[in-house]
Amino acid sequence: RAGRGGASAERAGRERKDKKMRFMLLFSRQGKLRLQKWYLATSDKERKKMVRELMQVVLARKPKMCSFLEWRDLKVVYKRYASLYFCCAIEGQDNELITLELIHRYVELLDKYFGSVCELDIIFNFEKAYFILDEFLMGGDVQDTSKKSVLKAIEQADLLQEEDESPRSVLEEMGLA
Amino acid sequence: MSDIVEKTLTALPGLFLQNQPGGGPAAAKASFSSRLGGLVRGITALTSKHEEEKLIQQELSSLKATVSAPTTTLKMMKECMVRFIYCEMLGYDASFGYIHAIKLAQQGNLLEKRVGYLAVSLFLHESHELLLLLVNTVVKDLQSTNLVEVCMALTVVSQIFPREMIPAVLPLIEDKLQHSKEIVRRKAVLALYKFYLIAPNQVQHIHIKFRRALCDRDVGVMAASLHIYLRMIKENPSGYKDLTGSFVTILKQVVGGKLPVDFNYHSVPAPWLQIQLLRILGLLGKDDQRTSELTYDVLDESLRRAELSHNVTYAILFECVHTIYSIYPKSELLEKAAKCIGKFVLSPKINLKYLGLKALTYVIQQDPTLALQHQMTIIECLDHPDPIIKRETLELLYRITNAQNITVIVQKMLEYLHQTKEEYVIVNLVGKIAELAEKYAPDNAWFIQTMNAVFSVGGDVMHPDIPSNFLRLLAEGFDDETENQQLRLYAVQSYLTLLDVENVFYPQRFLQVMSWVDASLSFLDGFVAEGLSQGVAPYKPHHQRQEEKLSQEKVLNFEPYGLSFSSSGFTGRQSPAGVSLGSDISGNSAETGLKETNSLKMEGIKKLWGKEGYLPKKESKTGDESETPPIPQESIIMENVDQAITKKDQAQVLTQSKEEKEKQLLASSLFVGLGTDSTISLLGKADTASHKFRKKSKVKETKSGETTSIHNITCSSFSSLSNVAYEGHYYLNTLQDRGDKEIKTNSLNSELLDSESLTELPLVEKLSNCSLSTPSLFDDNNMEIFHPPQSTAASVAKEISLASSLLEETTDYMHSNLIEVCNNETVSVSSYKIWKDDCLLMIWSVTNKSGLELKSAILEIFPTENFKITEQPGCCLPVIEAESTKNFQYSVQMEKSFTEENLSGFLNYHMVDNSVQLEFSINLSLLDFIRPLKISTEDFGKLWLSFANDVKQNVKMSESQAALPSALKPLQQKLRLHVIDVIGNEGLLACQLLPSIPCLLHCRVHADVLALWFRSSCPTLPDYLLYQCQKVIEGS
Repeated sequence: RAGRGGASAERAGRERKDKKMRFMLLFSRQGKLRLQKWYLATSDKERKKMVRELMQVVLARKPKMCSFLEWRDLKVVYKRYASLYFCCAIEGQDNELITLELIHRYVELLDKYFGSVCELDIIFNFEKAYFILDEFLMGGDVQDTSKKSVLKAIEQADLLQEEDESPRSVLEEMGLA
Repeated sequence: MSDIVEKTLTALPGLFLQNQPGGGPAAAKASFSSRLGGLVRGITALTSKHEEEKLIQQELSSLKATVSAPTTTLKMMKECMVRFIYCEMLGYDASFGYIHAIKLAQQGNLLEKRVGYLAVSLFLHESHELLLLLVNTVVKDLQSTNLVEVCMALTVVSQIFPREMIPAVLPLIEDKLQHSKEIVRRKAVLALYKFYLIAPNQVQHIHIKFRRALCDRDVGVMAASLHIYLRMIKENPSGYKDLTGSFVTILKQVVGGKLPVDFNYHSVPAPWLQIQLLRILGLLGKDDQRTSELTYDVLDESLRRAELSHNVTYAILFECVHTIYSIYPKSELLEKAAKCIGKFVLSPKINLKYLGLKALTYVIQQDPTLALQHQMTIIECLDHPDPIIKRETLELLYRITNAQNITVIVQKMLEYLHQTKEEYVIVNLVGKIAELAEKYAPDNAWFIQTMNAVFSVGGDVMHPDIPSNFLRLLAEGFDDETENQQLRLYAVQSYLTLLDVENVFYPQRFLQVMSWVDASLSFLDGFVAEGLSQGVAPYKPHHQRQEEKLSQEKVLNFEPYGLSFSSSGFTGRQSPAGVSLGSDISGNSAETGLKETNSLKMEGIKKLWGKEGYLPKKESKTGDESETPPIPQESIIMENVDQAITKKDQAQVLTQSKEEKEKQLLASSLFVGLGTDSTISLLGKADTASHKFRKKSKVKETKSGETTSIHNITCSSFSSLSNVAYEGHYYLNTLQDRGDKEIKTNSLNSELLDSESLTELPLVEKLSNCSLSTPSLFDDNNMEIFHPPQSTAASVAKEISLASSLLEETTDYMHSNLIEVCNNETVSVSSYKIWKDDCLLMIWSVTNKSGLELKSAILEIFPTENFKITEQPGCCLPVIEAESTKNFQYSVQMEKSFTEENLSGFLNYHMVDNSVQLEFSINLSLLDFIRPLKISTEDFGKLWLSFANDVKQNVKMSESQAALPSALKPLQQKLRLHVIDVIGNEGLLACQLLPSIPCLLHCRVHADVLALWFRSSCPTLPDYLLYQCQKVIEGS
């Protein structure tokens, strides 16, 4: 992945102008990364560096401080839920408050899905957390603000899991149903 | 929310002993029995990074074995994939698993496919070559009859898809816009949005379908289409004005609660949708009164409906305010928006306060009175414990800076600058301070002090424009020459003070600025004088003996800083700032005394601008109570706008506790000049801002003016010098220099008479004529000590004849012969080099041989990485008349070290109707950037000891050269080395490689052998110069 950039730089430049969200991170109070979603191509090295730096900055913040941070050329919106920090990097021009609500909505979705979500649910089922995120945000933009339809889509796919061993034709029927 | 998740465990390992964590659903149960569960638990139990590394390496090798084993089922593969994702999340490379992620998406059943697609979207990026292997899978899944499969394919496409493969899936996705399920339509729209972002041309033909999506009966599909519209309108607002009505209608429906309750968020109707629509309306209404008028009602309603029940309504309000200030203004709405900002600013919630400041920053230039209304809050935020709030406040103050409040605001910015360590913040803030200082500086002292602070803190990271702008400012100066001098003097003085402080380290860039401004290194004078007064012996040719003793001296300390040395002395032209406090003339007590007088004189000079706009008394009073008249004025405004706030403010004023009083004082100094009468000027800030430190617009004028003035300084310092230091060779030097000038003037005059001729014949006769005017100085018999004047004069006189059409200033320098570089039947391009003190000036003379006019003649030089090439303005009118010559001048500075390089370019012109292009190139050598370094014998000694790189070589001389002076002559003439001293059979020479790398040469004659010994701070320079010297000596 080291060769990233180059030819796609121009495209990335165009996309960057419009990408409201650059990435979302979930990490613990101990500084362990629990989930990372990058909405703009970033090299592995740069990712690691950014994650490390940003975790440091956020973890050093005091509880009563503002949920917004100016970090590099980005605005970082973060919120702590129990032991987990949810952290979004957006463009300086974007609306910080609605991003904070976006984080909250994501937590609500996780909560509804896992039933009183806790950090362990996310540690052991991070792929589920990704599925929910992908259903909620598409490429960094809010895809659907209806909690019901996000979860419906996830549950539909999950149902297949329960029927893991079922023959394909049955699954297809369910998908169409 | 936090109460819901508050249950989250604090002691993780303890919980592993239990069977069930936090009550998760069935999925959680499964993971505990899985391999992933084992891995996660293993990792969590570890304490050191090293152990983790070991465990993960084990895990990765076992994964590698599993995925490549033929017996591995897809179900196992899916399990492996999750572990791959986990390893990558921990920061380990699992790239060998990428191909298996593609395979899993390709071959797996729905569940496996889902994980495969997820892994692909997390692992790969758009231009990853493996992604091409996914295209067929996506095409197949898009055609599937299974809804889930189609959705997965659409999801992956809108996250990551190779641009060049868009045509393969585009028709399929277009079809999905008519799909019966809204989720498919919605995802299809978002996939097209992604395509629009990465390849807008490919989706141009489906714009009409976007309109259909906008009118979709499903809110989700409509909302998805707004992403595309926001982007398209941002790029081309005029193309979508016809949709304004539709967007207004949609927003009205949303605000009016007409959407399904599903879309509510904490009983606020579809906040994301509202914000999206508000942004679109802001873009459409910008600078367009008619469109804006359509939106006034719905904006008013949005403001009204957003009851402040939940944070999300603040998010909507914020967007609403933004839109209201973006579109064509309506006073009623602006008033409401301003009130709204007040709610933010005055909120006890820190997030809202921050947004309030952000909103203020955004609107402040349109409505400066808002800052007055909230001045006390702003003052409080300036001392807020959260640095983010402070920083936003500084951003706000930056926007309201004017000539009256600059000192206070910059002081606050500097305070913040000293506290922060974040590089991005430093770069940003330093840039702002430099910008403000240049625009509004109240006086010289303040300007220089502020810039010193800027360079000290930000020197290593700042934008390179800052030092170069600053130096240009010092060099080019202003309309008033005495002001220029004062500014420069102050700068140099301040550097002397700074360098006096011991154990302080300044950034490289700052030291470069100092050295540039004071190229004579006068800040070393103190040290030299001190050294001498303490009985340090002046330099003696037998430097080896002194080496041990002197190497303990402080002079070595300066070396690591990379101080740039350039030629010093009183000619002053080497330093573009024209200020040279200095003195290579040290060596005895009399001269030390002279230096002291010099600096004393300068301290006596008053350093004030005395220009219109600068009011020294007013400045000194800033912060005094007498400076508060704006306050009553502000109060009136405040009453008009918001009485409640005014009363509160007044109450604060009445309290008058000490702290409050201080704040009031600060407020009065910060918000001065923001009253109603200054509103107009603030609105037009960008246009009317008078740059205190404005550069001259006419570059040519500046140049000539400066040159003259520098000459004047030069002359005056010469005369004073020659009076005081009446020592043999200095006096001689002075006279010789004058002699040089006379000769130049003479030959120039003769050139003027003969200006039509472009003959290449050196005008030897003219030279001899000129020489006659000062015969004693140029007598060959007078060469026991020195040869330079003769040779310099000779070469100048020889070549000056070619400079028939040079600008006057260039004739002061040595230059090469005119060589034709290209020609055709119409034009001839010739070129020559002028070895200016600070750069190489290349002149291309274009002679129009024809009887017709050449139109739009351009001469361009191709950029090269070794040089910085700057076109000299004022000498390239595009028309070349018949049978005339035009000169194009380029100054060339060395960027990277090299030995030989070609400089190429072309001449392009129009004649009759044809465009003709001629290419040419000319060879530059490192020698073109070697200049004499005029330092004293003592300085030579000091420098000699501080240089680490040296080269020695014996060269055999021909008989004619046997005497040292005649051996040095060609070195001086051909290589431009400066002969500092000749003592017996030893000679000292010095030169510098532009911009400022010194190189010293010591030579000694033994019979017919000349022993050359070079030293320099640069490792390669001695070798190069030795080679050149050998060539010269052996060649002659």
